[in-house]
Parts: sequence; structure tokens; C-alpha cells
Amino acid sequence: MSGSLDVARIKKDFPILDRVTHDHRLVYLDSANSSQKPRAVIEAMEHFTEHSYANIHRAVYEIAEEATAAYEGGREAMRRFINAPSSREVIFTKNATEAINLVAYSWARHNLGEGDAILLTEMEHHANFVPWLVLREEKGVELRFIGLTEGGQLDLTDLDRLIDGVSLVAVAGISNVLGTINPVRQLADAAHDAGALLLVDGAQYTPHMATDVQALGCDFYAWTGHKMLGPSGIGGLWAREELLDAMPAFLTGGEMIRDVRLDGWTPNELPWKFEAGTPPIVEAVGLRAAVEYLEGLGMDAVREHDVELTGYALRTLTERHGDKITIHGPSEPAARGGVISFVYENVHPHDLSQVLDQSGVCVRAGHHCAKPLMRRLGVGATARASVYVYNDEADVDALNESLDEADRLFAI
Amino acid sequence: MPGLEDLYREIILDHYRNPRNRGELDAPPALRVEGFNPLCGDEVVVYLDVADDGSVNDIKISGQGCSISQSSASMMSSAVKGKSAEEARALIRAFKAMMSIHEQRLDGSEEEDPIQAEPDVKLGDLEALQGVVKFPVRIKCATLSWNTLAQGLDEAAADAPTA
Ligand SMILES: Cc1ncc(COP(=O)(O)O)c(C=O)c1O
Repeated sequence: MSGSLDVARIKKDFPILDRVTHDHRLVYLDSANSSQKPRAVIEAMEHFTEHSYANIHRAVYEIAEEATAAYEGGREAMRRFINAPSSREVIFTKNATEAINLVAYSWARHNLGEGDAILLTEMEHHANFVPWLVLREEKGVELRFIGLTEGGQLDLTDLDRLIDGVSLVAVAGISNVLGTINPVRQLADAAHDAGALLLVDGAQYTPHMATDVQALGCDFYAWTGHKMLGPSGIGGLWAREELLDAMPAFLTGGEMIRDVRLDGWTPNELPWKFEAGTPPIVEAVGLRAAVEYLEGLGMDAVREHDVELTGYALRTLTERHGDKITIHGPSEPAARGGVISFVYENVHPHDLSQVLDQSGVCVRAGHHCAKPLMRRLGVGATARASVYVYNDEADVDALNESLDEADRLFAI
Repeated sequence: MPGLEDLYREIILDHYRNPRNRGELDAPPALRVEGFNPLCGDEVVVYLDVADDGSVNDIKISGQGCSISQSSASMMSSAVKGKSAEEARALIRAFKAMMSIHEQRLDGSEEEDPIQAEPDVKLGDLEALQGVVKFPVRIKCATLSWNTLAQGLDEAAADAPTA
């Protein structure tokens, strides 16, 4: 296959792609939900568990030393992957949701109250919505929202007015529904000019784009491991050290503590101050293997592959299904990530996804944890196909064929 | 392995394409009850005109969702329209009995009062929905409108003038 990635070879690295479902090969088009794992990740976790597993930062015997080094090795890999200046600024959480909650509970509750405002967008995932709705209820913080254009982009015409006086702007790097790549750098500059901080929800961004938190200019960056070929159970937050230093602890207990006395406690130093309890140790090992796998492919090539394959999908879906299919989000592949949400005439997304499943084609149907966006689009649900490094044109062809089948079944 | 023909029976597709009793009633005097399936966003609104003796004078359905939730609502509306409260409740029990084993298993809860089959109740067309049981994630789609109806009947009974 011509193109930026040797997908035929890559497919062989993912054991699950060998399996058969409903008598068909597995055509996995739900990586925006969670990605599959290459053998390198599976084996790294297995090898570590078999040879070096122990709790970390607590014991002096050899395997505990090894385990601590392996866990911190995961942090260093992630620091490099997002180009953070220091590993002290890279905090492990269980996922992106917890990372955003960390900012809401620690930084925002400590710094914001009545009279303060936060600027969000209408396309946010519930993970970057609900923590702020809760904060509004509890602290009386005002929430404002950047609307959308018909083409599925952020409508920035009113940005100056909306951003005036806010303390935080929180935005997805890439929308998990529309695929829109948001102008993070522009928002960072606007936020800083307005005296605000910028939080980027990078759950969909980091798996697909070379991520440089310094070039993006953000202040908080949340990411999640399971969408970037890593295991579930690990994600994280990056923030500048002086911000993290000034923030109170979030979850408390063991590991995050330096001293505990009957009359009080002192937190640990960064990054452990924000890592309460036994962390995802094996997962950090898997995450490192995932980072190294993606680095081996090269994130520029990953991005190029996304653009090529998304372009192929947009083109063939439109050619083949014409007016029957409505695709949401930007029409230009260069303006979007590898996510295609669509509605098919006369076939509800759940039914569509059920019919596709019979051909081994996995797509997600539903509101994609973005109900405000669904309301904005005027739909209750969409079907969503999303591609990643192990998908090729044959997978998109399989999607197209099973859509024909659904169309036949539900034809009036 | 269950196939699509187990799920998408012709009669289900017919009710999906041509839903019966679709629309709204003025509420009040009618009762308006909403049901949501938070997992998938299906929603059903049941409008009930309940007589003083509890019988279902009229019923209308609105909302949006998949073929299973919408056809189940449509068939339900045809089945309970004109029925006494007792008959409607018996239908609800019979329908849920057809679905319930798997629904209980899904959320892991043991119902204290296991739903008994209703040997005397004829489900008729509704039996077409039996195939849904083979697709456990879809059971909640099929039962959504029935749970909503049950809630409406309860509200109607609570509001009813005590005889
Ligand atoms: C844009 C976006 N933000 C946040 C999340 C939440 O990620 P997680 O469930 O791993 O916390 C997701 C994924 O579901 C997402 O797509």
C-alpha cells in the first residue's frame, strides 16, 4: 500500500486484529473510544509483571528498585512525548477525566468563586463539561461557551467579548465527535492576553498529533493512555511547575505525603504530591512501550496517515451513499482528526452499529459523551467511525459495504 | 449465534417505519411521562389520558430512538389503548417477563419479587420482540417505553379521585 505507514506490517503487531467476530475479520473503527494494543505493549506489561513487579518508592530490595525505575521510566517517556520541560510536571492519573477533575478540584476550587468565569466550548466531552458544571453549582462560577459554525469549527467571531474577564479557558484539542482540530495556540494567546489560563483536553489530540505542550502554549494539558495504544487505567496531567506548586493536593493518602503527624501533614514534592495511593505501575510500563511504538512510526507519519485515510473515507462515503449519509464536522481532511460522525437516512445509529457488527465492523453509536453538542447538531445520536495506525482502505471499504447492507435491511 | 433476522422482524420494522399513536395530547389534562436511556440517548414521551376508573382512554407516543425502542413503544401503545388499568398492568408484567431474565442479569441486581410470567395474557405482535433477548444491550431499548408507561399508570393512580 502506498502511503505514510506500512499498515499491512502494523496490523501484524496487533494480536486482536487476528480474531474473527460473527464469521468476519475484525474491522476495528472505534479507536477514538479506545485503541487496540500492539504486542510490544502487551509483552512489556507481561514481562514486567513476571520479572520485576513490586510496589514503588517504598522498599529497598532489588525488584522494588526495578519497579520504581520502570514506573518513572513511563513518566520520562510521556514527558518526552508531549515535550514537557520537566518530569516533575508530568502527573499520572487514571485517565483524562481524572486529570481534568484534578484541575477543577485543586486549582479551580482554590482560586475561583463568585464573580469569576470559565470559558468552554459547545463541543466538549462530558469530561470537560461536568467538572465545571459542578463547580458552578458549588462556587457560583460563571460558565461561558464558544459556539460552533455550521462547518463544525469553533465560532471565534465573538471571542474578544467572551474571553474578557475569564480566569480559565478549557477546550478539546480535537473534538471526539466532529474531529475538528481546534486552534489551540490562538486560544492560548487570547487567554493569556485576557489574563486567563488555558486547559487543553488532549484525549483525542495526543494519540494523533505530535504533541508539544510548550509550542501549544497551554497551562494545563490532560491526556489518556488507552486511546494512544497504551493500557486503560493510566492518563495524566501536565501543568507548569509553578502552577502545580501553588495548587493544594487533590486526592490524599499514601505516596503523596512527606510527613504525617497527629497535628497535621506535609505533602510530597512534585509530581508525587498529586499521586495518592499505589499508582498504575504496570500500566506505566505499558504506556512507555506505547510511546516508543508511536515514536517508532513517527507522529508526523501517523498524522499523514490519518489525513490520507480520513480523506479516503470522506470521499468514498459521500460517493457511495450520496444524500443518504450526513457527515458532521469539517469537510476538509486537513482540518480534522481521524473521527467521522454520521447519520444514515432511515437507520438509527444503534441499529446501524448492530448491523455493522454482524460484518465484524465496530463503530460507536450514541451521544459520545457530548450531549450539549448533540443538541446543537439537532440529533439524538450519531454513528462514529474512527481510524488509527492499524486501519487501511480495506477497512473503510468494509464499512461502506456494511452500510449498504444496513440500507437494504431498513429500506422502506 | 443469533442473526439480524432474530432482531429485526418485519413487524418490528413496520412499527418503526409507521409508528402507531404517534403524537401528543394536551397535558394537562393528559399525563406526560418521559423515559430516557442514558446509555444511548433514546427517549420516549408517553401521553396518557386515563379515565377515573384507571382505564387508558387514549395514549400517544413521541420521542426518538432506535428501531427497537420506537417499535416497542408503538406496539405497546396499540396493545394498551382502551384497556383497563389492570389489563395494562398485566401486559406490562407479561412483556417484562419476556425480557426480564436478561435485564436482571445485566445490572446484576436480584429483584426481590421475581417477575412471574402471565400465562393468561396474550402478547400477540409483541412476541416479535422476543428476539431482542438474544442481544442483551438492546433489552433496555425494548423496555424503555414500558417502564415509562408503568410510571405513568402509577402517577395516574396516585392522582385518581378516591372512590
Ligand atoms: C475529547 C475527550 N475528552 C475526554 C475523554 C475522556 O477520556 P477518559 O475516559 O480516558 O478519561 C475522551 C474519551 O472518552 C474524549 O474523547
